[in-house]
Amino acid sequence: MSIDFLPDKPIYQQLIDRITGEIIRGNVKPGEKLPSVREYAVEVGVNANTMQRVYKELEMMGISETKRGQGTFVTDNETRLQQLRDEVKEGLVESFLNSIEALGFSKKEMIEFIQTRERGEKQ
Amino acid sequence: MIALEQVEKNYGKKQALKGVNLIIPPGKIIGLVGENGSGKSTLLKIIAGLTTPSSGTIQVNGLKATRSIASKVAYMPDADVFYPFYSVEKLFRFYETQFEDFNYSKACIVAQYLNVPLDAKLKTLSKGNRGRAKMAATLGREASYYLLDEPFSGFDPIVREDIIKGMIQFTDTETQTVLMSTHEIREAEPLLDAIILLNQGKILAYEEVETIRDQFRMDAITWMTKLIKEGDLSGNETYR
Repeated sequence: MSIDFLPDKPIYQQLIDRITGEIIRGNVKPGEKLPSVREYAVEVGVNANTMQRVYKELEMMGISETKRGQGTFVTDNETRLQQLRDEVKEGLVESFLNSIEALGFSKKEMIEFIQTRERGEKQ
Repeated sequence: MIALEQVEKNYGKKQALKGVNLIIPPGKIIGLVGENGSGKSTLLKIIAGLTTPSSGTIQVNGLKATRSIASKVAYMPDADVFYPFYSVEKLFRFYETQFEDFNYSKACIVAQYLNVPLDAKLKTLSKGNRGRAKMAATLGREASYYLLDEPFSGFDPIVREDIIKGMIQFTDTETQTVLMSTHEIREAEPLLDAIILLNQGKILAYEEVETIRDQFRMDAITWMTKLIKEGDLSGNETYR
């Protein structure tokens, strides 16, 4: 199925986010083989050149490895994958902080709110 | 590579193309966009050698575009141009007699991929399946260049998606180039490397899709609309 892309961000970046998201969620496991460039391009309905760039960037980020004649695999380097989780968390917190700042909420206020909410959910 | 230099085309007093300079590199999928009457179909026909320019030169791989260029370039017209009493298979056999680069088995593979029955007569097929068959016949040619005039026009989203997937699956981005005119910019954008914006017979812009998103923080359709509006406001055109 083709996917919808956000209008204000390069498509290759959105695809990188998509693949790293799958890895973080555990839908794609460390060491697992990724589809070929063309398979993935057809699946999501993007240009194969764009997909090629996504795979190249993932490899440069140390998230994937290409084994000659075998294809592309998610790295089995747990340290790097833990780092990836932290990077994504950092990004989420960053955008959350920007949003609350824009609306004038304090961090303290939000932390307390989250804690109250947590307790409420547990009861 | 396709290279156009100072290409003009007049139909009587109407100028369809004005001073078009353009380079299309190999291995790209490029969208040709612009309002109705902006010159998209004329440009495709001129590159395909089906229409001669009033002035200027067109070269395809260093050869001048003439009618014989049709053997290098797979042109897919907007209209339904096939014999309705042909079956899909017969259509492919006909293509085989017309084009040296036609690969009958590739066309059948594409047709099967798109779920078009080979033995059905074109007149009995749905509009969507005729569109799929036309795409299969075009992709059946092992051409360096595919020139597609409005490949999605008039089809429902499912057919559009099939045609897009067929194009990704069966063209080689290392060696083959696709130039296609389209109004379905939102659907086509993820498929495109770059976009050429034609406005009143002139190239208003030629930009990589990812550059548009990265630098201008907008998608292709917003970018295009903005440029056309700015062009109109600047009043530098005399023919309004």
